[in-house]
Amino acid sequence: MKNSIIALLVGMFFGLGLVISGMTNPHKVINFLNFTQSWDPSLAFVMLGAIGVHTIAYRIIKHRTSPLLGGDFKVPKKNKIDKQLIIGSAIFGIGWGLGGYCPGPAIASLVSLKTESFIFMLTMILGMQLHSLYEKKIMKGMN
Amino acid sequence: METSVTNWLLALGGGGLIGMAATILLLINGRIMGASGIIFGVIKPIKGDTLWKYKFLLGILLGAFSASFFIDEAFINLSNRSLISIAIAGLLVGFGTHMGNGCTSGHGVCGISRMSSRSITATFIFILTGAITTLLMSKSITLF
Repeated sequence: MKNSIIALLVGMFFGLGLVISGMTNPHKVINFLNFTQSWDPSLAFVMLGAIGVHTIAYRIIKHRTSPLLGGDFKVPKKNKIDKQLIIGSAIFGIGWGLGGYCPGPAIASLVSLKTESFIFMLTMILGMQLHSLYEKKIMKGMN
Repeated sequence: METSVTNWLLALGGGGLIGMAATILLLINGRIMGASGIIFGVIKPIKGDTLWKYKFLLGILLGAFSASFFIDEAFINLSNRSLISIAIAGLLVGFGTHMGNGCTSGHGVCGISRMSSRSITATFIFILTGAITTLLMSKSITLF
Protein backbone atom coordinates (compact mmCIF):
# COMPACT_ATOMS: atom_id res chain seq x y z
CA MET A 1 0.00 0.00 0.00
CA LYS A 2 2.77 2.42 0.97
CA ASN A 3 4.54 1.76 -2.29
CA SER A 4 1.50 2.86 -4.29
CA ILE A 5 1.34 6.19 -2.41
CA ILE A 6 5.01 6.73 -3.26
CA ALA A 7 4.24 5.82 -6.88
CA LEU A 8 1.44 8.42 -6.96
CA LEU A 9 3.83 11.08 -5.68
CA VAL A 10 6.53 10.01 -8.13
CA GLY A 11 4.02 10.16 -10.98
CA MET A 12 3.05 13.70 -9.94
CA PHE A 13 6.67 14.88 -9.97
CA PHE A 14 7.19 13.16 -13.31
CA GLY A 15 4.04 14.72 -14.82
CA LEU A 16 4.99 18.17 -13.49
CA GLY A 17 8.52 17.79 -14.83
CA LEU A 18 7.31 16.66 -18.25
CA VAL A 19 5.03 19.68 -18.69
CA ILE A 20 7.43 22.25 -17.20
CA SER A 21 10.29 21.04 -19.36
CA GLY A 22 8.30 21.19 -22.61
CA MET A 23 8.26 17.45 -23.31
CA THR A 24 4.47 17.54 -23.76
CA ASN A 25 4.84 19.92 -26.68
CA PRO A 26 5.34 17.65 -29.74
CA HIS A 27 6.36 20.56 -31.93
CA LYS A 28 9.22 21.31 -29.57
CA VAL A 29 10.23 17.65 -29.50
CA ILE A 30 10.25 17.53 -33.29
CA ASN A 31 12.34 20.73 -33.45
CA PHE A 32 14.77 19.17 -31.02
CA LEU A 33 15.12 15.97 -33.05
CA ASN A 34 15.44 17.82 -36.33
CA PHE A 35 18.81 19.38 -35.62
CA THR A 36 19.52 20.17 -39.26
CA GLN A 37 17.11 23.10 -39.30
CA SER A 38 15.77 25.64 -36.77
CA TRP A 39 17.16 23.47 -33.98
CA ASP A 40 15.63 23.92 -30.55
CA PRO A 41 18.23 22.52 -28.14
CA SER A 42 16.16 23.09 -25.00
CA LEU A 43 15.11 19.45 -24.71
CA ALA A 44 18.77 18.46 -24.39
CA PHE A 45 18.62 20.38 -21.11
CA VAL A 46 15.78 18.13 -19.97
CA MET A 47 18.00 15.08 -20.43
CA LEU A 48 20.88 16.93 -18.80
CA GLY A 49 18.78 17.88 -15.76
CA ALA A 50 17.22 14.44 -15.36
CA ILE A 51 20.40 12.43 -15.93
CA GLY A 52 22.42 14.88 -13.80
CA VAL A 53 20.19 14.42 -10.76
CA HIS A 54 19.68 10.69 -11.19
CA THR A 55 23.33 9.86 -11.90
CA ILE A 56 24.43 11.41 -8.61
CA ALA A 57 21.55 9.80 -6.71
CA TYR A 58 22.22 6.39 -8.27
CA ARG A 59 25.87 6.47 -7.12
CA ILE A 60 24.58 6.80 -3.56
CA ILE A 61 21.62 4.38 -3.84
CA LYS A 62 23.69 1.56 -5.36
CA HIS A 63 25.53 1.06 -2.07
CA ARG A 64 22.29 0.02 -0.39
CA THR A 65 21.32 -3.63 -0.20
CA SER A 66 17.56 -2.97 -0.39
CA PRO A 67 15.09 -0.14 -1.04
CA LEU A 68 13.71 1.84 1.94
CA LEU A 69 10.42 -0.10 1.81
CA GLY A 70 12.27 -3.41 1.78
CA GLY A 71 12.34 -6.15 -0.84
CA ASP A 72 14.81 -6.16 -3.70
CA PHE A 73 15.92 -3.58 -6.18
CA LYS A 74 14.31 -4.53 -9.50
CA VAL A 75 17.01 -3.19 -11.79
CA PRO A 76 17.60 -4.84 -15.19
CA LYS A 77 20.72 -6.99 -15.03
CA LYS A 78 20.82 -7.84 -18.71
CA ASN A 79 23.73 -6.25 -20.55
CA LYS A 80 23.66 -8.02 -23.87
CA ILE A 81 22.92 -5.70 -26.77
CA ASP A 82 20.60 -7.86 -28.86
CA LYS A 83 18.65 -7.49 -32.08
CA GLN A 84 15.42 -6.76 -30.19
CA LEU A 85 16.99 -3.76 -28.44
CA ILE A 86 18.41 -2.31 -31.64
CA ILE A 87 15.41 -2.87 -33.92
CA GLY A 88 12.90 -1.97 -31.19
CA SER A 89 14.66 1.29 -30.37
CA ALA A 90 14.95 2.16 -34.07
CA ILE A 91 11.19 1.61 -34.55
CA PHE A 92 10.43 3.65 -31.43
CA GLY A 93 12.60 6.53 -32.70
CA ILE A 94 10.76 6.60 -36.03
CA GLY A 95 7.43 6.83 -34.19
CA TRP A 96 8.81 9.50 -31.86
CA GLY A 97 9.96 11.63 -34.78
CA LEU A 98 6.71 11.06 -36.64
CA GLY A 99 4.36 12.08 -33.84
CA GLY A 100 6.52 14.00 -31.38
CA TYR A 101 5.21 11.91 -28.49
CA CYS A 102 6.99 9.34 -26.36
CA PRO A 103 5.11 7.23 -23.76
CA GLY A 104 5.44 9.45 -20.63
CA PRO A 105 4.40 12.73 -22.30
CA ALA A 106 1.66 10.84 -24.16
CA ILE A 107 0.04 9.97 -20.81
CA ALA A 108 0.52 13.53 -19.52
CA SER A 109 -1.05 14.96 -22.69
CA LEU A 110 -4.31 13.14 -22.02
CA VAL A 111 -5.26 15.96 -19.62
CA SER A 112 -5.41 18.30 -22.64
CA LEU A 113 -8.41 16.19 -23.79
CA LYS A 114 -7.23 16.61 -27.37
CA THR A 115 -8.30 14.00 -29.94
CA GLU A 116 -4.71 13.36 -31.05
CA SER A 117 -3.65 12.46 -27.51
CA PHE A 118 -6.34 9.80 -27.28
CA ILE A 119 -5.62 8.45 -30.73
CA PHE A 120 -1.92 8.20 -29.92
CA MET A 121 -2.62 6.46 -26.62
CA LEU A 122 -4.95 3.91 -28.24
CA THR A 123 -2.60 3.03 -31.10
CA MET A 124 0.38 2.92 -28.72
CA ILE A 125 -1.39 0.33 -26.57
CA LEU A 126 -2.30 -1.57 -29.74
CA GLY A 127 1.36 -1.49 -30.81
CA MET A 128 2.46 -2.92 -27.45
CA GLN A 129 -0.15 -5.68 -27.72
CA LEU A 130 0.91 -6.47 -31.28
CA HIS A 131 4.54 -6.92 -30.30
CA SER A 132 3.54 -8.95 -27.28
CA LEU A 133 1.54 -11.30 -29.53
CA TYR A 134 4.33 -11.44 -32.09
CA GLU A 135 6.81 -12.32 -29.35
CA LYS A 136 4.59 -15.17 -28.14
CA LYS A 137 4.25 -16.51 -31.66
CA ILE A 138 8.02 -16.53 -32.11
CA MET A 139 8.51 -18.25 -28.75
CA LYS A 140 5.99 -20.91 -29.78
CA GLY A 141 7.78 -21.39 -33.07
CA MET A 142 11.04 -21.98 -31.23
CA ASN A 143 9.68 -24.76 -29.05
CA MET B 1 12.31 29.79 -32.71
CA GLU B 2 11.98 29.84 -28.95
CA THR B 3 15.49 29.54 -27.75
CA SER B 4 15.32 31.92 -24.82
CA VAL B 5 17.22 31.36 -21.62
CA THR B 6 13.91 30.97 -19.76
CA ASN B 7 13.04 27.96 -21.91
CA TRP B 8 16.39 26.37 -21.23
CA LEU B 9 16.04 26.94 -17.49
CA LEU B 10 12.52 25.48 -17.48
CA ALA B 11 13.83 22.49 -19.43
CA LEU B 12 16.69 22.01 -16.97
CA GLY B 13 14.39 22.42 -13.94
CA GLY B 14 11.71 20.13 -15.35
CA GLY B 15 14.41 17.61 -16.17
CA GLY B 16 15.66 17.86 -12.58
CA LEU B 17 12.15 17.02 -11.35
CA ILE B 18 12.06 13.98 -13.64
CA GLY B 19 15.44 12.85 -12.26
CA MET B 20 14.16 13.36 -8.73
CA ALA B 21 11.03 11.32 -9.46
CA ALA B 22 13.17 8.45 -10.79
CA THR B 23 15.34 8.71 -7.68
CA ILE B 24 12.44 8.49 -5.22
CA LEU B 25 10.96 5.46 -7.02
CA LEU B 26 14.30 3.64 -6.98
CA LEU B 27 15.34 4.58 -3.44
CA ILE B 28 12.01 3.87 -1.75
CA ASN B 29 10.29 1.25 -3.94
CA GLY B 30 13.32 -0.21 -5.69
CA ARG B 31 11.76 0.19 -9.13
CA ILE B 32 12.86 1.75 -12.40
CA MET B 33 10.79 4.67 -13.66
CA GLY B 34 10.15 3.51 -17.22
CA ALA B 35 6.91 4.89 -18.63
CA SER B 36 6.45 2.33 -21.42
CA GLY B 37 7.05 -0.64 -19.13
CA ILE B 38 4.64 0.72 -16.53
CA ILE B 39 1.95 1.32 -19.17
CA PHE B 40 2.36 -2.25 -20.42
CA GLY B 41 2.19 -3.46 -16.81
CA VAL B 42 -1.30 -2.00 -16.61
CA ILE B 43 -2.43 -3.55 -19.91
CA LYS B 44 -1.06 -6.98 -18.96
CA PRO B 45 -1.32 -6.97 -15.15
CA ILE B 46 0.93 -9.12 -12.99
CA LYS B 47 -0.81 -10.10 -9.74
CA GLY B 48 0.36 -8.01 -6.79
CA ASP B 49 2.47 -5.73 -8.97
CA THR B 50 -0.12 -3.53 -10.62
CA LEU B 51 -1.68 -1.09 -8.14
CA TRP B 52 1.43 1.07 -7.91
CA LYS B 53 1.55 1.29 -11.70
CA TYR B 54 -2.00 2.63 -11.81
CA LYS B 55 -1.12 5.13 -9.09
CA PHE B 56 1.97 6.23 -10.99
CA LEU B 57 -0.05 6.87 -14.16
CA LEU B 58 -2.73 8.69 -12.16
CA GLY B 59 0.05 10.79 -10.61
CA ILE B 60 1.28 11.79 -14.09
CA LEU B 61 -2.22 13.04 -14.93
CA LEU B 62 -2.47 14.99 -11.67
CA GLY B 63 1.00 16.47 -12.06
CA ALA B 64 0.43 17.45 -15.68
CA PHE B 65 -2.96 18.92 -14.85
CA SER B 66 -1.58 21.12 -12.08
CA ALA B 67 1.38 22.21 -14.21
CA SER B 68 -0.97 23.31 -16.98
CA PHE B 69 -2.22 26.12 -14.71
CA PHE B 70 1.12 27.90 -14.63
CA ILE B 71 2.73 26.81 -17.88
CA ASP B 72 1.35 28.61 -20.93
CA GLU B 73 0.93 26.52 -24.02
CA ALA B 74 1.58 23.35 -21.99
CA PHE B 75 -0.05 21.11 -24.57
CA ILE B 76 0.06 23.24 -27.68
CA ASN B 77 0.96 21.36 -30.81
CA LEU B 78 2.07 23.34 -33.84
CA SER B 79 3.62 20.32 -35.51
CA ASN B 80 0.88 20.05 -38.19
CA ARG B 81 1.13 16.28 -38.12
CA SER B 82 -2.06 14.68 -39.41
CA LEU B 83 -4.12 12.38 -37.21
CA ILE B 84 -3.07 9.50 -39.47
CA SER B 85 0.60 10.27 -38.77
CA ILE B 86 -0.19 10.43 -35.05
CA ALA B 87 -1.96 7.06 -35.23
CA ILE B 88 0.94 5.40 -37.06
CA ALA B 89 3.37 7.07 -34.65
CA GLY B 90 1.50 5.54 -31.71
CA LEU B 91 1.67 2.06 -33.24
CA LEU B 92 5.42 2.38 -33.85
CA VAL B 93 6.10 3.81 -30.38
CA GLY B 94 4.11 1.02 -28.71
CA PHE B 95 5.63 -1.78 -30.80
CA GLY B 96 9.17 -0.39 -30.60
CA THR B 97 9.26 0.34 -26.87
CA HIS B 98 7.88 -3.11 -26.09
CA MET B 99 10.42 -4.76 -28.36
CA GLY B 100 13.33 -2.60 -27.15
CA ASN B 101 12.29 -2.83 -23.49
CA GLY B 102 12.10 0.87 -22.81
CA CYS B 103 11.64 4.46 -23.88
CA THR B 104 12.98 7.92 -23.13
CA SER B 105 12.46 7.58 -19.36
CA GLY B 106 13.55 3.96 -18.80
CA HIS B 107 16.51 3.92 -21.20
CA GLY B 108 17.17 7.64 -21.71
CA VAL B 109 17.05 8.79 -18.08
CA CYS B 110 17.31 5.79 -15.73
CA GLY B 111 19.50 3.56 -17.88
CA ILE B 112 21.98 6.24 -18.91
CA SER B 113 22.30 7.33 -15.27
CA ARG B 114 23.27 3.74 -14.42
CA MET B 115 25.70 3.78 -17.36
CA SER B 116 23.93 0.72 -18.80
CA SER B 117 25.43 -0.12 -22.18
CA ARG B 118 22.04 -1.37 -23.42
CA SER B 119 20.35 1.91 -22.53
CA ILE B 120 23.13 4.06 -23.99
CA THR B 121 22.85 2.08 -27.24
CA ALA B 122 19.03 2.30 -27.24
CA THR B 123 19.02 6.06 -26.61
CA PHE B 124 21.60 6.70 -29.32
CA ILE B 125 19.51 4.68 -31.78
CA PHE B 126 16.12 6.21 -31.03
CA ILE B 127 17.46 9.76 -31.14
CA LEU B 128 19.16 8.93 -34.45
CA THR B 129 16.10 7.38 -36.12
CA GLY B 130 13.94 10.15 -34.62
CA ALA B 131 16.24 12.76 -36.16
CA ILE B 132 16.20 11.05 -39.56
CA THR B 133 12.39 10.81 -39.45
CA THR B 134 11.90 14.51 -38.60
CA LEU B 135 14.35 15.45 -41.35
CA LEU B 136 12.50 13.35 -43.95
CA MET B 137 9.15 14.71 -42.77
CA SER B 138 10.32 18.32 -43.03
CA LYS B 139 11.61 17.66 -46.55
CA SER B 140 8.35 16.07 -47.65
CA ILE B 141 6.35 18.98 -46.18
CA THR B 142 8.37 21.50 -48.20
CA LEU B 143 7.98 19.37 -51.33
CA PHE B 144 4.20 19.28 -51.15
